[in-house]
Amino acid sequence: MSNLNLTLHVWRQNSPHEKGGFVRYEATDITTHMSFLEMLDVVNERLIESGELPISFDHDCREGICGACGMVINGAPHGPQKATTTCQLHMRQFKDGDEVWIEPWRAGAFPVVKDLVVDRSSFDRIIQSGGHIGARTGSAPDANEILIPKGQCDEAMDAAACIGCGACVAACPNASASLFTAAKVSHLGLMPQGQPERNDRVRNMVSQHDAEGFGSCTNHGECETACPKGISVNFIARMNRDLLKAAITAPNELTERTKP
Amino acid sequence: MPQAFALHRTTIGLKFIMALSGAALFGFIVSHLLGNLQLFIGPDAVNSYAAGLRKVPALLWVARIGLILAAIAHIGAAVKLMARNNTARPVSYKHKLSSKTTSYAARTMTWSGPIVLLYFVYHLMHLTFGVGPNYDHHNVYNNIVYGFMDWRIASVYIVSNVLLGMHLYHGAWSWLQSIGANHPRYNAMRRTFAVALAGFITIGNVGLPLSVLTGMVEPTDKSYCFTELEKVPGECEGIETPTH
Repeated sequence: MSNLNLTLHVWRQNSPHEKGGFVRYEATDITTHMSFLEMLDVVNERLIESGELPISFDHDCREGICGACGMVINGAPHGPQKATTTCQLHMRQFKDGDEVWIEPWRAGAFPVVKDLVVDRSSFDRIIQSGGHIGARTGSAPDANEILIPKGQCDEAMDAAACIGCGACVAACPNASASLFTAAKVSHLGLMPQGQPERNDRVRNMVSQHDAEGFGSCTNHGECETACPKGISVNFIARMNRDLLKAAITAPNELTERTKP
Repeated sequence: MPQAFALHRTTIGLKFIMALSGAALFGFIVSHLLGNLQLFIGPDAVNSYAAGLRKVPALLWVARIGLILAAIAHIGAAVKLMARNNTARPVSYKHKLSSKTTSYAARTMTWSGPIVLLYFVYHLMHLTFGVGPNYDHHNVYNNIVYGFMDWRIASVYIVSNVLLGMHLYHGAWSWLQSIGANHPRYNAMRRTFAVALAGFITIGNVGLPLSVLTGMVEPTDKSYCFTELEKVPGECEGIETPTH
């Protein structure tokens, strides 16, 4: 297969408060076997050689399971291929001569750190507010001590597939993190081990989601399409149901959560 | 119970308020249309139905106050959520985000809502407060027909009801998702339910002015007087009213 020559328009921004803008780069002689990030590596090497600052982007495992990478490619979070992270997106998805626009996730709760890197610690704080279960310490319990129906187990695993990359927020017209929060509420809430904290979990995580300044869900479904793990919006309905139940039945009042 | 009242402090709680008040308004729109479709039966049906609604004024006012409260809750929650959503992405995308799943109806909810609200004000002025042509508070049938014979009034109704139909289409399936009424066995039915219901309401509501414009429905020469609709007591004495 012949190599590609692409025109990139990459969002460059030196620091959170500086003004950013698109900068045009020619990515020449790119093999179709490269991943999107490897293509950016090649562009960066050439930038370094010519004495320019390389393009900053987040990446870690490059296997599609860590959730570190992510950028909006031609208006689509993680690019044109369905259920694929940016690191697993291959250049064979592009044609010779294509123009490629690359932007960071855009959300008030995800401030740009530099170029394509955004600060996603708002997600960490949502997890901290309720993404845990109580377990006794000491010797590990037997793995299959508590029987869980297969269907329920599968559903919990589907929710647990969320890698917390933030594509749902990037794709949402309201920059809502409902899909992320719903996945994190549900994967523990579906398990017997997650029941003791279930009511407080959903209330705390939703409250933290709101405190971080994410928007609300208006049922567009864009998040589900953008999600590299194909998390279903059904989990959002599940979270809503859980919150309603918790709000009506929980005996205790919770303190309102804030953004640090 | 205080916990339930604290719901409005969360975005999801506000969505519950929107969903439930929306469902109440939806219920009204369905029953309102069923009443209006009597236009095709004839003036006697429409006019005696209109008079019948006022037989027990207390009930009428309970319904009206309920609707006003639902409308206030719906609009209040919408304004709060819109303000929040408009600030959630302070720096917008410079290269347009491609939308893949959302519908035109879903994306224009914040436009169709306020436009439909303006139309409701106009509609109340036209047929409840009586600023329409040849207004006679005893003859609802003729008020509607004379109004729709003016193509300008008819087109306001047609355009507004198409927008209302879009608003209801997104609302009809979205409210179930918002309150968490979601089950893999029935999820596919939610879209069909929304299309059928919004389709029926839109066709009905647009059909009324269209049938007058095309001359299918014509004004009546009969005169009506109902004691329930009297503005001055004894107004109807000695006037015979055809009954349905």
